[in-house]
Amino acid sequence: MPEAELERRFDPRIVAFFCNWCTYTAADLAGISRMEYPPGVRIVRLMCSGRVDPQFVLAAFRHGADGVLIGGCHPGDCHYQEGNYKARRRFELLRMLLRDMGIEGERLRLEWISASEGDKVARVCNEMTEQIRALGPLRLRAAPPRAGRPSAREAAGEGAGEPVVEEPVGEAAR
Amino acid sequence: MSKPKVAFYWGASCGGCEEAVVDLAEDLLSVVERVDIAFWPVALDFKRADVEALADGELAASFINGSVRTSEQAEMAELLRRKSQVVIAFGSCAQLGGVPGLANLHSREAILECVYQEAPSLVNEERTVPQLATHVPEGRVTLPSLLDSVRTLDQTIEVDYYLPGCPPPVPLIGAAVTALVEGKLPARGAVLAPDVALCAECPRSATKPERLLVKGFHRTHEVVADPEVCLLAQGLLCLGPATRGGCGASCIGGNMPCTGCMGPTSRVLDYGAKALSAIGSLLDSNDEEEIAALAGEIVDPVGTFYRYSLPASLLHRRAEPASRAGGSSS
Ligand code: SF4
Ligand code: SF4
Ligand code: FES
Repeated sequence: MPEAELERRFDPRIVAFFCNWCTYTAADLAGISRMEYPPGVRIVRLMCSGRVDPQFVLAAFRHGADGVLIGGCHPGDCHYQEGNYKARRRFELLRMLLRDMGIEGERLRLEWISASEGDKVARVCNEMTEQIRALGPLRLRAAPPRAGRPSAREAAGEGAGEPVVEEPVGEAAR
Repeated sequence: MSKPKVAFYWGASCGGCEEAVVDLAEDLLSVVERVDIAFWPVALDFKRADVEALADGELAASFINGSVRTSEQAEMAELLRRKSQVVIAFGSCAQLGGVPGLANLHSREAILECVYQEAPSLVNEERTVPQLATHVPEGRVTLPSLLDSVRTLDQTIEVDYYLPGCPPPVPLIGAAVTALVEGKLPARGAVLAPDVALCAECPRSATKPERLLVKGFHRTHEVVADPEVCLLAQGLLCLGPATRGGCGASCIGGNMPCTGCMGPTSRVLDYGAKALSAIGSLLDSNDEEEIAALAGEIVDPVGTFYRYSLPASLLHRRAEPASRAGGSSS
């Protein structure tokens, strides 16, 4: 690929929450076996896919992820019996919620990947990267900072919060 | 010693919070005895100029309800902040964005278009839209502008305390005013309500099964709920497990499920995500298709889980349409 084009290409950032016992081990295997997957995939290891709090997913999107991948053990194989079923139940609701918030279905994916499926980690990461590349970056408008939280501000050692001023609407409708 | 001065103000709100203040009833009279009300647009004839004439910090406290949607509301919030020692975000709209915050699902332009051009009940042949300034024979008249999104009060000014609820429960208002007058407010930043989940104070909690699983949800008009049994166990979408207590479980008392107006406890960052998580975990199935079907019974997930808190959520508002392929990453 010519250098100029490479520079312009959008490389999606994907936060991948992988469970310790299956999918993370599989990602390790993919690495040891020198399989290639895009560097934009940032893996976070959790003990179980059932530990993926929907707040983690929203926080990832808020902090710049273009996609979120959740990986866990195959049904019946969860180290903690039911964690992956729990993940699936929340995932379905979360996907509906994200859809209504304007975040496309391709940006959240749940996959069962066992410890021996290093090739599946690589395939899923490559596929998801391509799909999101086609969609383009996630465009979330920045939330106004919470000028308001004295506790947070004091903790951060900052002075009085600047009031947030947003651009008012142009001539109301046009 | 002169009585402490307080102000009440409303932003984008329904008037229910004002009603809650009036609901203090006789207690309101004892409040009035102990404080001087310097500004209260809904009830008293003081004007903005009266507030401007106060010295900075002259108000002991301002109770501000409603979310912030217009430039006027933002200006008034800033003015009251300057004049007040303590600002209390009053009610879920001020605290979390409230029901008006659901407007963050739509762009400002789409809202103006719907309201002034497309609403089926509209008669607007000249297609008039609100203007920030208009010239009329008498001179130039102006309107406040609509901000780009609905904001919480603390996304606008510094807030010292929060009184949650839609509207805040009367006993909590009374306790807050008493604490203010007696100088017994807790550390700044506190939510002036108990920090436990609603289920803990719900009279039906004994009937809530230890391990609760639900095969689908009913909407409230589809069933007649048993008045004794945990509503969630009856398949009604009660958000008690994810919601802060302090309201005396008043909706449950009316045999209606909790919709979450008291917001999250202090350990939760994003109320909707937490509520979704709590409800999602209850779906009684391990089968992927069946789980999808059960989840699909919740017809409006944003309106259900973020009914009172979309502006305060991690996402804050609906994402912009994607720019499509090839675009450079920012
Ligand atoms: S889920 Fe609702 S009805 Fe059941 S105990 Fe909790 S608050 Fe009460
Ligand atoms: S039961 Fe829920 S919705 Fe009703 S007042 Fe209490 S917190 Fe608000
Ligand atoms: S341990 Fe892998 S999904 Fe639970």
